[in-house]
Amino acid sequence: MGYKKKTFILSIIAILLILLYIFYQLTGNIGYILPRRIIKVVAIILTGGSIAFATTIFMTITNNRILTPSIMGIDSLYMLTQTFIVFIFGSKSLVMMNSNINYLLSISVMVIFSLLFYRLLFKGENNNIYFLLLIGMILGTFFSSFTSFMQVLIDPNEFMVAQDKMFASVNNVNTSLVYLSIILIVLVVLYYIRFHRYLDVLALGKDQATNLGVPYNYVVKRLLIIVAILISIATALIGPLTFLGLIVVNVAHEFMKTYRHAYIITASVLISIIAIVGGQFIVEKVFVFETTISVIINFVGGIYFIYLLLKENKSW
Amino acid sequence: MVDLKGVFKAYNKKMVIEDVNLSIQKGKITSFIGPNGAGKSTLISMVSRLIAKDEGIITIDGEDLSKSKDEELAKKISILKQSNTMNVKLTVKELVSFGRFPHSKGRLKRFDWMKVEEAINYMELEPIQDKYIDELSGGQRQRAYIAMVLAQDTEYILLDEPLNNLDMRHSVQIMKTLRRLVDELGKTIVIVIHDINFASCYSDDIVALKDGKIVKHGKTCDVIDQCVLKDIYDMDIDIQEIDNQRICVYF
Repeated sequence: MGYKKKTFILSIIAILLILLYIFYQLTGNIGYILPRRIIKVVAIILTGGSIAFATTIFMTITNNRILTPSIMGIDSLYMLTQTFIVFIFGSKSLVMMNSNINYLLSISVMVIFSLLFYRLLFKGENNNIYFLLLIGMILGTFFSSFTSFMQVLIDPNEFMVAQDKMFASVNNVNTSLVYLSIILIVLVVLYYIRFHRYLDVLALGKDQATNLGVPYNYVVKRLLIIVAILISIATALIGPLTFLGLIVVNVAHEFMKTYRHAYIITASVLISIIAIVGGQFIVEKVFVFETTISVIINFVGGIYFIYLLLKENKSW
Repeated sequence: MVDLKGVFKAYNKKMVIEDVNLSIQKGKITSFIGPNGAGKSTLISMVSRLIAKDEGIITIDGEDLSKSKDEELAKKISILKQSNTMNVKLTVKELVSFGRFPHSKGRLKRFDWMKVEEAINYMELEPIQDKYIDELSGGQRQRAYIAMVLAQDTEYILLDEPLNNLDMRHSVQIMKTLRRLVDELGKTIVIVIHDINFASCYSDDIVALKDGKIVKHGKTCDVIDQCVLKDIYDMDIDIQEIDNQRICVYF
């Protein structure tokens, strides 16, 4: 099967699922339900797409297929921000606060953190990418611990509000946030285009990429910023979805069996949309909102992660 | 011509290259020899900009390396390191076609594919050109990487221990190919090599390094000398002349 044909099949499945989600049991006040469902599905697609896109780039840069951008501590920082707001201003502030402001605040905190982080680490000659990841991991753990610390101190009722933000959920997506995200994502993708041709070569590793004339540090720094912005957008829009990227990018690699990122990125974005729209459909229709999408994704993702570890283990 | 002037390099305050001044002649094979830890690989990596130098100036054809654009440099100088691990599923032909990246920016034209084919033929890789890299033996993989460097078609080619993992037949074949590249196409080749007999038989110039300093730089016949080798390796090496080649007997 050719790459184009595979991509075509994935697109068809994705479109069918989206249509199913929008039109399944569409009864009652259509004028009210339909626009809400469409906004929801658009939010899902944006999140799934950004996560898949960012994770593909990230795995290529790190030359590692079991690392996701969450290792940089971006989503822990998001939780820290949310808990911090509740801790300082009380849960009312989070509920009352204009969601646009919260969204922009979270994104700015995450992006500024990433920029500072890269700036500090790329300053010296010590620009080993694994060193960067190690520091990110430590900071991520620090953020989570600090988050738990604050959560223990606050009132249980307040905690409920903070906890609500910890799980990805599309049930209260705000329309204006979706528009804002579309604009941001389009800008990021436009910025990405000029680096696209380097991606195939970056997969060969630092030495080969340098040999083939890729300005390595320059390109990797910018790609990491792109990753940070995309993950921040996705996290602020729906919530942390750690495993989604890991599963979809690996499935995309297995399915496409090519090194060409034009196909890998398209495939992982489509698979991501299939997984997350399908997952949300199951959450709503099978579990009748008894669970959230992130629980399902983490469950399936966890199993797949163990499978990956076992498989990698065998090939060593 | 590649010129190094007052080049220094330290890893965590430990000096690995100290005040190296060297000029590598065009159209010749220059071999770097020396014991482990002498700084051969570090030196070749600095010339190919994989590692940043601490001090000094490196120029290629009079152009300062640190001021040149990466994309232009990649058309002029190429490097192959000794260890090449990658976890991308690639066939030999796809790998070799990456060598055309500096010229084609990822969009290979007819001329680029011609160069790829030429490189594959040069390294006798036609029978395995559609096999995946991770399914090859060490020697085949090494040849595939060298083919990629050939496809890059640069004037200067730097190879860090290209004979690693190769048996005698393939070692000789690769050295002969390198010789041909120099004699027929006028390329300039710099190699790091451990086997001093290969260095003696195939190179024009030899640079002998020890403890980060150049001990001797000169024509092959001047460096392959009992006193010089004793100085570098701290062992007595008997040199025999066989068919006008100086062969070192160090067993």
